[in-house]
Amino acid sequence: MTDHAHALHPPTTTGLDNRKVAIWTFIGSECLFFASLISTYLVYKGRDTRGPTPDEILQIPLVTFGTALLLFSSLFVVLALNGAQSGNRKRLILWLGMTIVCGLFFVGMQVYEFQHFVHEGLKMQTNLFGASFYTLTGFHGTHVTIGVIWLITVFITALRGKLPPERALNLEIAALYWHFVDVVWIVIFPVVYLMK
Amino acid sequence: MSTSAVSHPGHVPAAAHAEKTGIWSWITTVDHKRIGVLYGASAFLFFLIGGLEALLLRIQLGSPENTFLSPELYNQLFTMHGTTMIFLGIMPLSAAFFNFFIPLMIGARDVAFPRLNAFSFWVFLLGGLFLNSSFLFGAAPNGGWFGYANLTSRQYSPGLNIDFWVIGLQILGVSSLAAAVNFFTTVVNMRAKGMKLMRMPMFVWMSFITQVLLLLAFPVITVALILLMFDRLFGTMFFTASLGGDPLLWQHLFWIFGHPEVYILILPAFGIVSEILPVFSRKPLFGYAAMVFSGVFIAFLGFGVWSHHMFATGMGPIADTVFALGTMLIAIPTGVKIFNWIGTLAGGSLQMKTPLYFCLGFIAMFIIGGLSGVMHASPPADLQQTDSYFIVAHFHYVMFGGSMFALVAGAYYWWPKMFGRMLSEGLGKVHFWLMLIGFNLTFFPMHFLGLHGMPRRVYTYPAGLGFETMNMIETVGSMILGFSFLVFIYNMIVTARRPADAPADPWNGATLEWSIPSPPQEFNFADEPEVHSRDPLWERKRAHGGPLPEPQRVSGAGIHLPNPSFWPIVTALGVASVFISIMMVHTIGPIGIAAAVLFFFFGVFKWAFEPAG
Repeated sequence: MTDHAHALHPPTTTGLDNRKVAIWTFIGSECLFFASLISTYLVYKGRDTRGPTPDEILQIPLVTFGTALLLFSSLFVVLALNGAQSGNRKRLILWLGMTIVCGLFFVGMQVYEFQHFVHEGLKMQTNLFGASFYTLTGFHGTHVTIGVIWLITVFITALRGKLPPERALNLEIAALYWHFVDVVWIVIFPVVYLMK
Repeated sequence: MSTSAVSHPGHVPAAAHAEKTGIWSWITTVDHKRIGVLYGASAFLFFLIGGLEALLLRIQLGSPENTFLSPELYNQLFTMHGTTMIFLGIMPLSAAFFNFFIPLMIGARDVAFPRLNAFSFWVFLLGGLFLNSSFLFGAAPNGGWFGYANLTSRQYSPGLNIDFWVIGLQILGVSSLAAAVNFFTTVVNMRAKGMKLMRMPMFVWMSFITQVLLLLAFPVITVALILLMFDRLFGTMFFTASLGGDPLLWQHLFWIFGHPEVYILILPAFGIVSEILPVFSRKPLFGYAAMVFSGVFIAFLGFGVWSHHMFATGMGPIADTVFALGTMLIAIPTGVKIFNWIGTLAGGSLQMKTPLYFCLGFIAMFIIGGLSGVMHASPPADLQQTDSYFIVAHFHYVMFGGSMFALVAGAYYWWPKMFGRMLSEGLGKVHFWLMLIGFNLTFFPMHFLGLHGMPRRVYTYPAGLGFETMNMIETVGSMILGFSFLVFIYNMIVTARRPADAPADPWNGATLEWSIPSPPQEFNFADEPEVHSRDPLWERKRAHGGPLPEPQRVSGAGIHLPNPSFWPIVTALGVASVFISIMMVHTIGPIGIAAAVLFFFFGVFKWAFEPAG
């Protein structure tokens, strides 16, 4: 995301850009973060002495739709990256915009879901399910939100014509993070919603 | 964010790099060497605070039924002593050496992300100051460095004490993770030509493994701290047994972090010793590959033995057996290392200088600590020893006898490179003998006290149990230990007043940092080095047929360096604000948190769009 010319990049030991190594390293670390949250959720599953329980409250259809959009957004960001790398500005803007719309929908869906659950009587303080559900999906939602902010930043750079092919890596880094957030949801969705 | 410093052909040469001075130059510095010095200085100050806390504890325990400290204050002091020594002492002292020497040893001009490096330091400093500021409120953390649930719940710890701990450690975690990403990338990607993985200096190897441990262990304690924070601030019940919560989950999460953490503390020390022994034995490190792989093996096993901290919780025979065997297995790669160090010394032409003294002390003390460690790997023995002074003796032999001896050895070894002045050998040896004697007087009797049943973390003991004499000896020993560091500080002051006359290569070193002037110039290497073997500088000297001519200071015109930046410190303030605003949520409300988050993002965006130069 810097403005300096990447043509001047120093040769690195692996030939990969430093930022690419760094984002993969960070993603590796994040795996342990979500593994701990998911483990906590699973350890506490079914240990509640009071409701609402997952069966009573979780609604699969809306979240399935959100999941599908999030999965598609991973495809869209790949198309956008292809546009950025090949200098196809129209493709870049279109698909990056679509990715952002999907991400925004997912965040919106989660805000709606949380409000609905609170209305139904499930708060973080209600029971272990509430505590571990809001913590797990809330931290995932925070990651999605940060991803959306990141992608919007790259989108604005692209609109201003500052994302030429030699800087496509700026999008690729964000895209790698976006894919990771998506992959984490692929684990959370069955663990929380399908195994309820 | 990638602002690695390299010379570009055709880059417009800046004016020759004048040494920048003044406080602003330190606040905005992105030079890994200056950041290393900042880490070293602040960590040493925190270490002295932690040492002072330990001396107060020892005064209290010097005689039975002493009233020098109240039980409440005693709890705060032993908690802060442990937390400080681990997170604000040993870890950042290692980080000081990572910062200063990893780029020099791999032949790089800086780390992969210089600004991120500055950010790590400022977050560390703010986190350390925040933790210690709790003393001003009379509410220092008091739940032990392990913070076991449910002692830490709002119900049993209603004050601010645990809030300071839970927030402070999260701030420090951000610093460690940012630094780990940075140094992992640096070692993977910034090595000089010919510096293959299996040619890296052992300190770089052990530090590299440490970064992997940091990356995989810190997210786990982050989650544990988040759950505890939610319990305390937002009324969740993760660790409330009456509502189905499980206090043991805390112990599992904590020790999945906590055991790798002890290797985070000791592996850099292994690396330092593995650098010093060959230089002062005048022969290459014995069993280089075995040293690398035993380090990797220790780290790998380190993730599978956490429950040996929990034998007393009653996990059942199968879990006990598996974790006991895994723990005993770690003795093998550790033993390999010890034999390799001895093999390095054997037949060498030993140069009895201060760094070697401390390394020999390290080997001897670490063996004692390792042996008592294998003892409580056995669950039946552990059930007798757990929560007694035997455990306190064990981990001080590995943490102080191990890590601190090696870090002090590293300080004497690298001081001339860092500051251009040789520390006094005479004072160094006085420091060594006082430290060795004081250390053993303090901690050796703890083995017996523990086996005789003296419990740890208790502010006093009754007279007549036979604990008096040994406790008195320990208290006297701890004063000698404390005094040895006054000698060290005196040595630093005396040395700082002498002219900077250290040669580039005072010890006949083998690694690249000794090939450049002391202290190094801002750009490290005038020409990027090329490496053909494990001991590149020895190889050069052999080819030259004797000592190399003293390297000259050059102008460095045309070498591209990253610009200084103050956005790292602003962003670090943003990180601290976010966490502190969460702690104060009941006073300032969600608006306060939102404001802090906006401030943080402001720093991030200014940083991201700053022309990197």
